[in-house]
Amino acid sequence: MKRIAERLYNGIIKENPTFVLTLGMCPTLAVTTSAINGLGMGLTTCAVLALSNLFISILRKVLPDKVRIPAFIVIVASFVTMVQLLLEAYLPSLNQSLGIYIPLIVVNCIILGRAESYAYKNPPIPSLFDGIGMGLGFTFALTILGIFREFIGSGTFFGNRVFPEEYGVTIFVLAPGAFFVLAMLVAIQNYIKDKMEAKGKDTSKIGSGCGMNCMGCPEAKGCSKAEKIKEAEDNDESEEEEKPSEDKEKKASAAEEKEEVKSETSSDEPEKEPAEEEDTEAEDDKESDEEKEESSESDSDDKKPAQNKPSNNKKKKGKRRK
Amino acid sequence: MNGLKEMLLLLVGSSLVSNVVLSQFLGLCPFLGVSKKIKTAAGMGTAVIFVITLASFVAGALYKLILVPLHITYLQTIVFILVIAALVQFVEMFLKKMIPSLYKALGVYLPLITTNCAVLGVAVSNVQKNYGVLKGVVNGFGTAVGFTIAIVILAGIREKMEYTKVPGPFKGMPIVLLTAGLMAIAFWGFSGLL
Repeated sequence: MKRIAERLYNGIIKENPTFVLTLGMCPTLAVTTSAINGLGMGLTTCAVLALSNLFISILRKVLPDKVRIPAFIVIVASFVTMVQLLLEAYLPSLNQSLGIYIPLIVVNCIILGRAESYAYKNPPIPSLFDGIGMGLGFTFALTILGIFREFIGSGTFFGNRVFPEEYGVTIFVLAPGAFFVLAMLVAIQNYIKDKMEAKGKDTSKIGSGCGMNCMGCPEAKGCSKAEKIKEAEDNDESEEEEKPSEDKEKKASAAEEKEEVKSETSSDEPEKEPAEEEDTEAEDDKESDEEKEESSESDSDDKKPAQNKPSNNKKKKGKRRK
Repeated sequence: MNGLKEMLLLLVGSSLVSNVVLSQFLGLCPFLGVSKKIKTAAGMGTAVIFVITLASFVAGALYKLILVPLHITYLQTIVFILVIAALVQFVEMFLKKMIPSLYKALGVYLPLITTNCAVLGVAVSNVQKNYGVLKGVVNGFGTAVGFTIAIVILAGIREKMEYTKVPGPFKGMPIVLLTAGLMAIAFWGFSGLL
């Protein structure tokens, strides 16, 4: 019982997916044009999240480790389809206003993120409540954002008029307003984080905007892929001048190897990795630079035999990958 | 002639007027994550154009030839996401073997696109709007071009922004989001085009 309460508290307050982890920002921005849309989207996601967490947790001992991500996706997609059909049947108006964003719940980072980092490692009941907690946290955040944007933008509260429409700042219900609201949200988050850091509290869990983690979170692999791109950015200037053609190939294969290694390591400690990446950008850059230096050193060690017999080695690698 | 005009309107509509990132918020993650430099942004954009065009063709054809005749259109979400994931893997392998030069240019970005919601978004919206295969491909291509335009512009602005002083809490993501918001206002102006 205590554990269940702890899970709920964790999802709604301590690790709120929107306000703290900053996950799944795409639907957050798109559907919060009104409070009711935010609430609807939040509850839909909550249902999918709870059910998929429960099932993944039940199946966690059956699923082979290597194909777990595709398996997660199929499970989540099935539940999304069910929920979509239910919405079409019983709440057609909500389905109409959420439209394309309902099927897109499949690629919502929160769901696959929770599956990977919690449900796959824990028994069914806590996983279910972890899903419910996270889902309610998401619902809470979407509703707050929806209320805010609807109130400022068109002067209504859940559809009830509070002040005349001509005083509303219409841009807040339009697309640009979503970006501004999110910018303010992340700025506030950064401010609080700075304050907490000044007091010496642990802030590693706090995210910093979708861009740094969103594409990584569905699969732990993605994180290292995101790093790969950063690496490509950094390597562009320094290495290309020396030996462009060879280097690129090596970089690609090196990056792939690294990715394999990382995906193994990250499955051991997925909770830490994304958190590290989510640090503020300046820090992030420094850290990743350091990491890169280390990893590139180790990579170059690995690559030394490859330089001797490049053709042979490449073929071998190709086989291994397949 | 009429058909051509329609296609052109669709192209302008999907790339500029209802820009995939700035008005529909799809593919926001690569938009914010891979826009630090123009070069990588352009690479990502090219890969997205490639994959979305291909994916909208394959998804459209599958929907028309398999899902509709078998009356299992309700399985579209599952089918599309799996097809897209498989397609990206397949394209990666194919390029590596057959066109290494193109693979070198796009390789890094391809796997990232599997989880890009824009790809699934285009496939689903093609079905919801009842576009056929050809119209779907045009819509997909336009959407991807819109994504590329947006991400390259943002990368250009961000490169300049490196040298400006930004107030403390706004450093990093918030200022990028504000920039994206201003870009969204600019793109909103295109709504007069159609």
